[in-house]
Amino acid sequence: MSRKNTKNAATVAVSTGSGVRKNGYSRRHSPVLFIFMLVLALYSIIPLLWLVLNATKSQGDILSTFGLGFGHKLNIVENLKATFTYEDGSFLRWLGNTVMYVVIGAGGATLLAALAGYGMAMFDFAGKQIVMAIIIGAIAIPGNALVVPTFLLFAKLGLTNTPLAVILPSLISPFGFYLVISYVQSGVPREVVESARVDGAGEVRIFFQIVLPLLMPCIVTVLLFAIVSTWNNYFLPLIMLNDPKWYPLTVGLAEWNAQATGSATPKPIYNLVIMGALVTVIPIIIIFLMLQRYWESGLSAGSVKQ
Amino acid sequence: MDANTSVVQSSRKFGKSSRSKNIQKAHKHRRNGLIGWAFITPFLIFFVIAIIMPIIYALYLSVFTDKLIGGRVFTGLSNYVAILTNGLFWDGLWRVIRVFLIQVPIMLGLALLAALAIDSARLVGRSAFRILLFLPYAVPGVVAVLIWEFLYGNQFGLTANINTLFGLSLQPLSKNMILWSIGNIMTWSFTGYNMLILYSGLKTIPTELYEAARLDGASEWQVAWHIKVPAIKGQLLISFMFSIIGTFQLFSEPQLLQTPAPNAISSSYTPNLWAYNLSLNGSQYNLAAALAIIMGLITGVLAFVTQNHGSKNID
Repeated sequence: MSRKNTKNAATVAVSTGSGVRKNGYSRRHSPVLFIFMLVLALYSIIPLLWLVLNATKSQGDILSTFGLGFGHKLNIVENLKATFTYEDGSFLRWLGNTVMYVVIGAGGATLLAALAGYGMAMFDFAGKQIVMAIIIGAIAIPGNALVVPTFLLFAKLGLTNTPLAVILPSLISPFGFYLVISYVQSGVPREVVESARVDGAGEVRIFFQIVLPLLMPCIVTVLLFAIVSTWNNYFLPLIMLNDPKWYPLTVGLAEWNAQATGSATPKPIYNLVIMGALVTVIPIIIIFLMLQRYWESGLSAGSVKQ
Repeated sequence: MDANTSVVQSSRKFGKSSRSKNIQKAHKHRRNGLIGWAFITPFLIFFVIAIIMPIIYALYLSVFTDKLIGGRVFTGLSNYVAILTNGLFWDGLWRVIRVFLIQVPIMLGLALLAALAIDSARLVGRSAFRILLFLPYAVPGVVAVLIWEFLYGNQFGLTANINTLFGLSLQPLSKNMILWSIGNIMTWSFTGYNMLILYSGLKTIPTELYEAARLDGASEWQVAWHIKVPAIKGQLLISFMFSIIGTFQLFSEPQLLQTPAPNAISSSYTPNLWAYNLSLNGSQYNLAAALAIIMGLITGVLAFVTQNHGSKNID
C-alpha cells in the first residue's frame, strides 16, 4: 500500500471510530487490515454466539426463531435442569467420566513426560540415543492413525469398553516429552542439581522439590495441551466404548444429537444437545483464556521443534 | 543408590590416583545410567503399550485373514491388495486430497494474512483479534460439528435465513456441497491455531531486519512478502505438516455429519471413516489393520518429504 493511500485511509479509520485521536499517530493504522480482521473475527465468533443464544431457547423457539436472536422466552434454567436430569442424569455421568479421563489421562501424561524428559536431559546412559530417536519419531505419528490399531490390540486384550481403553493411550504425550527435554536443557542448571546431591538429597527428592518447581511454566503448558486433547477426544472413546456409562461428554453428546436428528429414535432433544454442547465448551474456554500465555509458548516451542 | 553415593564419596576422600579416579568415574557413570533409566521407564512402559504394540499388532493382523472355516491363515499382502484395488479406497483418498489441495491453501493463506496483521503496528486491537481468532480451536471437534450442522440446516438454521433473504437455495448438507462444508468447519477450527504458530515466528524476527528496509522506502507489503514471510518458513512448514496430517486422517467431521446427511456421506467417505467401520465388524479386522497401515504410511511419507524438502530450502 502506498503512503498516499494510507493517509487517505487514516481519515477513514478515524471516522469509523477506531479509537485514534491524533492525526499524526493515526496515519499508521490501516483500515484494510482492520476490516479483514473484523470479518475473520466475526466468522470465528458467530457460531459461538449462535451456541450461547440458542442454549437459552426452548426447543420450539430453536426451530422457529431467528438463529442469532433470542427466543420468545428465556429458557436457560429449564434447559440446564433438563440437560442434567434427562435419562436419569446421563449427562452428569458423562461429565464425571470426562473429568476422570482428564485427571488421570492428562495428569498422568504430564507426570510421565516430566519424569522422562528430565531423565533424558540430565543423565547419560547406554541406549539413550536410540530411545530418543524412537520417541521423537513417534511425535510424527498422527494420533488418529493409531486409533484403529490400538482398538484392534485392546479388543484382543479384552480392554475395550473399560475406562482403561481411553486412559492408557492418553498417558503418552511425545510432544510433552520433547518440550520438557528442551526446557530442562535451558532452564534447569546442572549445578543446582549437583549441589543438592552433594548436600545429600535423594534423586526423587531432587526431582520433586527442586526440578519440578523450576519446570513449572513448562509443566503448565504440557498439562494444558494434554487437558484439551483429552477433554476434546472423540475418535478414541467412540471406537473403544459401547456402554454409555463410560462415555465421555463428546461421545454422549454425539449420541444425543443422533437421537435429535435421526428418524427412528425417540423424540428430538435439540435444546438438550445445544445446552450440553455449551456446558462442554465453557470449562475449556475458561482454561484457555486464563492460561493464554502458556498456549502461545507451547505453540512457539512446537514450531521450532524441527 | 545410597551405597553407590557413599562409594563415590569415599573414593573422593581417599587418594587422587588415576585408578581411583577411573573407578569413581565408572561408578558415577553406571549410577547415572541407572537413575536415567529409572526416570524414563514409566514413560517407556506406556509408550510401548500405547504406540509400539498397536503398530506391531496391526502389522501382524494385516498379513493374516480370518476365515470362517480354517481360522486365521497367513495371506501375505493380499489384504493390502484388496484395499488398494478397491474403488472405495481411491474415492475416499481422492476426497481428502481435494480437501488438501483446496481447503489447506485457503486456511493457511488466511492464517498467514492474519498473523501478519496481528504482527503489524498498523492494526488496532491486535490482542483482542488474536484471542477471538484462536477461540474456535478450544471448541471440541464434536461441538464444532454440532454447531455448524445446525447452521447448515436449510429447514431452520442460518442457511434457511440466508436462503430466504437472498432467494438462494444453498444446501450445505447435500451430496455436492458436503465436502466443502466439512472444509469450512476445518477452516473455522484451525485458522487461528495456525495463525498463532506463524505469529510465534514473526515475533522472533529482529526489528532491525526490516527497519532498514523501511528506511530504504520499502512498503509494508514488500517488507511482509520479502522479509517476514521468508523468515517464518520453518513455522509455515510446521503448519503445513499439521494440515497434511489433519486432512489425510480426517474422521470426526464426516463421521458426525453422517447423522444429518446420511445420503451424502457413505461409510467409506474418508479412509479413516472406512477403517473405523471395518473395525466395527470383527470379521474385517485384518482389512481394517491393512487400511490403517496404508494411511499411516501415506501420511508419514508426505510429512517426511515436506519436512526434508522444506528444511533443505531453509538452509
